[in-house]
Amino acid sequence: MNRFNVDYYSASSFIPIPDKDYRISSACGISGIMNRSGRSFNGEMIMKSMEIMHERGNGLGAGFAAYGIYPHLKGFYCFHMLYDDEFAKEETEEFLKKKYRIIESEPIPTRKNPRIKEVHILWRYFLDAGFAETSSEEDEVVSTVMFINEKIKGAFVVSSGKNMGIFKGVGYPEDIGDFYRLDEYSGYIWTAHNRFPTNTSGWWGGAHPFGILNWSVVHNGEISSYGINRRFLENYGYKCTLSTDTEVIAYLVDLFMRKMKYSHRVTSKIFAAPFWSEIDNAPENEKNLYTALRMNYGGALLNGPFAIIVANNQMMMGLSDRIKLRPLVAATKDDFLFIASEEAAIRVVCKDPQKIWSPKAGEPIAGFLYSGNREEKITETVALR
Amino acid sequence: MVRIDAGGLHYKVLNEKIWEAVDSGEKEIVLDNVCGQRYIGAGIKSRDIKIEINGVPGNDLGAFMDGPTIIVNSNCQDGTGNTMNDGKIIINGDCGDILGFSMRGGQIYVKGNAGYRVGIHMKSYKDNFPVLVIGGFVRDFLGEYMAGGILIVLGLEKDRDGKVIGNFVKTGMHGGEIFIRGEIEERQIGEKTEDLLATEEDLLRIEPYVKEYCELFKYDYAEIMNEKFYKLKPLTHRPYGRLYAY
Repeated sequence: MNRFNVDYYSASSFIPIPDKDYRISSACGISGIMNRSGRSFNGEMIMKSMEIMHERGNGLGAGFAAYGIYPHLKGFYCFHMLYDDEFAKEETEEFLKKKYRIIESEPIPTRKNPRIKEVHILWRYFLDAGFAETSSEEDEVVSTVMFINEKIKGAFVVSSGKNMGIFKGVGYPEDIGDFYRLDEYSGYIWTAHNRFPTNTSGWWGGAHPFGILNWSVVHNGEISSYGINRRFLENYGYKCTLSTDTEVIAYLVDLFMRKMKYSHRVTSKIFAAPFWSEIDNAPENEKNLYTALRMNYGGALLNGPFAIIVANNQMMMGLSDRIKLRPLVAATKDDFLFIASEEAAIRVVCKDPQKIWSPKAGEPIAGFLYSGNREEKITETVALR
Repeated sequence: MVRIDAGGLHYKVLNEKIWEAVDSGEKEIVLDNVCGQRYIGAGIKSRDIKIEINGVPGNDLGAFMDGPTIIVNSNCQDGTGNTMNDGKIIINGDCGDILGFSMRGGQIYVKGNAGYRVGIHMKSYKDNFPVLVIGGFVRDFLGEYMAGGILIVLGLEKDRDGKVIGNFVKTGMHGGEIFIRGEIEERQIGEKTEDLLATEEDLLRIEPYVKEYCELFKYDYAEIMNEKFYKLKPLTHRPYGRLYAY
């Protein structure tokens, strides 16, 4: 019996799913490390950064996103999968074979960790979509992910990008990192999350990061607007199935930054829209832009406290909500950009950063690869200003 | 004097070591290689203890502290001075959010800047009178729900937008005083600024604290005072009285 004195289990066939039928809120820790020259480093650095923030989680969820880890297969979509059982795996493989050529199919390597209780089959595929790389191919992959997550019972796509992967589960970050042998991977961007779910118990798929295509998102906070955001996304074919509020951010990022090709700055102003009182006081061109964004994309405004780190193969971005209800610190040292919930999480891996600062609420910090399509400095500026 | 190497220590272990030193009568404790350990100095009740911190201490530094002096030779994280009762925290760097959260007494001096919600819910009672001095700028929600004590922002460094305070200043404030050196705008504080200039008499009240700031961080007092100060007070003693009671 729960606090509302309703016995869901025997009264009806309704079985509530954590985070789907009831909300989860969290107060977590996040960290991201990027080498803007694209020089790879192994997972020990980000694990060390997360270990300092051990107290920000409670062992019910942790995860890492890593970029540049599959250079030998970088042309193929890498699906990291979470299966409940062999049936789900078989069904998924049948489905994938119809649309893709499976280049590799293998278990995700793990090592025994006394504090990690394995409950899923963890598998990865490298998939050849078979066409030239076009945006429609990416849309095709998105709908594949949506289909698997929604229709195939007990199968969940953890990540679906190229030359990247998400490793997550139930445990503390240092244990999850050890379990997935992250010390054996080398990447040039790493982001990580330490979870503190307060309303429900955590499950493997509900841990962060959340990913779609090359995007990954780690999030500290709670998205009060989850329901509105979810409905907004349904109009564009995104289905939220993983039962954690952060899932909407991953899809919103894909929608705005990939499909609609908005810059990280404009996207940030959709997520953390300036207050109307601020818009009233803004210069004319900004006033018009912000008004247009709020009018058109009100359903994508992220309400509630958040600090997020968004990444893809080219960039890493940090953003907090507009009234700074969650912490975020950034630092630079040579080619490195660091973003974390606590300064200590940066200092433990970089004793003497050249610059360390607290970004303003609602204003993005973004670092791009030097070799990327967009030669940009690390930015902390108001959109279009 | 005792030195403790905090490198790699969990906060519980480190704080136990600090308490052991306090219990054995140590008056001066130096912590080296601190990195993110929370609750340093929490609850220690003695006016003659000095703790010096090398490295970045974790959240809630000096929480519930009742007397000691803490000197931080770097930046601080969030929640510094949480519900602190008495004593002094001196920070030779910048500070995170919710500095002086629910502080009830003692003084905090920050050489550099501080984040959001500085002095949130500070309060004074009888002899307990909290004072917060920030040398640089602060961000939004300064003095939110503030109920007592003095908050001083010297604005020696300005934010990227040239401001020394953010928006939504003194939201829900119902006691105490905020002094701001430098320019402020009506929309930041929610009322006209003209009548808010601090008088000579007002400035006498903050003189000892500004002097101490200058001594601690080597600034020229006369130079600092040679600039206008604004004094912010609550608009009403019960800002929510009408909201909740009627």
